[in-house]
Amino acid sequence: MRRKGSDKERLASLMRELSELIEGDLRVMEVCGTHTVSIFRSGIRTLLPENIELISGPGCPVCVTPVGEIDRAITLAQQKDVTLVTFGDLMKVPGSTTSLVNARAEGSDIRVITSPLEALSIAQVEPKRRVVFFAVGFETTSPPIAATVREALRKRITNMYVLSSMRLIPPALRALLASEKLALDGFLLPGHVSVIIGTDPYSFIAQDFSLRGVITGFEALDIVEGITMLLRQRKEGRAAIEIQYQRAVRAEGNPRALKIMEEVLTPVDARWRGLGKIPKSGLALREEFIAMDAAITFEIPCEDKDDPPGCKCGEILQGIARPPECPLYGMYCNPHHPVGPCMVSSEGSCAAYYRYGGTK
Amino acid sequence: MRKAPTILLAHGAGGYLSHELISTLFLPILGNEILASLDDSALLPISGATIAFTTDSYVVKPLVFPGGDIGRLALCGTVNDLAMVGAITLGIAASFILEEGFSTNELRRILDSLRAAAREAGVEVVAGDTKVVERGAAEGLFITTSGIGLVPGGVNIRGSCAREGDLILINGPMGDHEAGILLARGAFSLKGTIKSDCAPLNHMVSNMLKASKDIHVLRDPTRGGLATVLWEIAQSSQVGVEVEEEAILVRPEVRGVCELLGFDPLYLANEGKLVAVVPEGEAERVLEVMRADPLGKESAVIGRVVEGHPGRVHLRTAIGGHRILEPLSGEQFPRIC
Repeated sequence: MRRKGSDKERLASLMRELSELIEGDLRVMEVCGTHTVSIFRSGIRTLLPENIELISGPGCPVCVTPVGEIDRAITLAQQKDVTLVTFGDLMKVPGSTTSLVNARAEGSDIRVITSPLEALSIAQVEPKRRVVFFAVGFETTSPPIAATVREALRKRITNMYVLSSMRLIPPALRALLASEKLALDGFLLPGHVSVIIGTDPYSFIAQDFSLRGVITGFEALDIVEGITMLLRQRKEGRAAIEIQYQRAVRAEGNPRALKIMEEVLTPVDARWRGLGKIPKSGLALREEFIAMDAAITFEIPCEDKDDPPGCKCGEILQGIARPPECPLYGMYCNPHHPVGPCMVSSEGSCAAYYRYGGTK
Repeated sequence: MRKAPTILLAHGAGGYLSHELISTLFLPILGNEILASLDDSALLPISGATIAFTTDSYVVKPLVFPGGDIGRLALCGTVNDLAMVGAITLGIAASFILEEGFSTNELRRILDSLRAAAREAGVEVVAGDTKVVERGAAEGLFITTSGIGLVPGGVNIRGSCAREGDLILINGPMGDHEAGILLARGAFSLKGTIKSDCAPLNHMVSNMLKASKDIHVLRDPTRGGLATVLWEIAQSSQVGVEVEEEAILVRPEVRGVCELLGFDPLYLANEGKLVAVVPEGEAERVLEVMRADPLGKESAVIGRVVEGHPGRVHLRTAIGGHRILEPLSGEQFPRIC
């Protein structure tokens, strides 16, 4: 993939600055799965000095969805007249007995969509089906989902439901820092999520924990610059939330997207794989939209279930274990036969390690 | 979940699960020395000559897409599979499974397109069959084509023939076909048009062979894309492969689609591209011929066969880092050909 020469020069100059700035070890968590993939795809790890450690965080929506919620979706898909629609990455995540992809092969009507609006059009075209949108995602995905819910109500579509496993990033970062299991120097904060929420929701990182955060884009150059900005802050003895991804992120975020989220969705306590129950870290439909809430309409309970035996996804999502440290990694759990979600999702850190031959 | 008791769409994606299905079910039951080579065409020795024989089914959805349709695809796919062992096509057979209710007008258009592609390739459909199934048992139309060809004397092109020091060539940008199908299906609410690269490669291959008979491997990177094909070559020749990301061309619009959907262009299917592995001394002549062909204007050397890491493919990334290329796992996208 051909690139301009000037990018290379910029990269070389950032790498020089980075080597000059580094003193001792630097432990950085890249929160977002898209960052993890980009880091591996571009080979950044093979270029960085040894004393910079990049730790993959919980920013993979599929990975943090607990087993019980996967099971609930599968059970829902097996109900009469139900068409379950969801994003592709969820299909292969093992529940406690089967996965959506196997349930589909066994006859359940499960379809992959890439935009929430597709769920709405399926419901419109097939009025006799009860179309359940199994929705996962962070602040990036929830505004279009909220808009779709509002649109369904406006069009008086009564056969569409949302099964929400949507999550919010800042409460998870707070929970990670509060657990004190991680000795971090700072975060590469997710670019896409921050386009929506801006800088404010991260301010506790600097204020309460005296740590640094840089909202970073997804190109290799962005990531190297993000790390350099963290190093500059440390060198200058500052702890702040800064934006590297200036071409997309504004400090105030996207007020229109925030407004529609606020209008349709409300924060609720939610369970995360690995991180347990985190207060106000999930999103549910507000009272006015309750008829579309599949969790309520279908009355299928969501049980707390254990992760598969041996699977370290929970610790990997907290950044306290690296994928190769999992006893299942490689031989028993790989992208062809995944055990845990981090090996399934295209944004999962185990999949990134495996696919791109990461050992570091 | 160690075993898949039922067939999944991913078993048809051309990646790891397809390989697993073939090696654990098909080869143990049907396998023999010729089938086990898993080349694009079987090579049958017949009284001093070598005959190439191949077959392929087409279930692409939608039936018509920018740059082609199921008819053109079915013809080109089989012509290309024969070309990938250096064979000159002798004849093509085509079987049609038609769904009750399918429009004869649409069928005519697809047949016209198949004929046009056959003329382009200079081949003829010499045998055929039609079956009709009830509504719902097929989606419009499925086509299976088979082809038979003659391998010229002195030509020995197989996946297992890559040797240390060989250079690796491709004839243009990667991913146009699958990205084009993705957009044509409209399922991703993405707008825009990318034309499939679907084309017969037999003329280019025949000119390449005129320039040098010493071509070691030819492969068309269809399902599973370039990454999977390079891995297959590394595996069957038990050699190491090193490629340069910067040398691999990807159109900006294809890269855009990949970025939005989280796909890797190196795993996207192509239908008018080939990977050639040739000795370094022959590379320049072969490359010149490829670039002179309308289907190979953007041909380039993308890497080489190396001594270390047999069976593995290393990619040097655009920023100078490196990573390993594994075969496609699971379904990147179903029913693309």
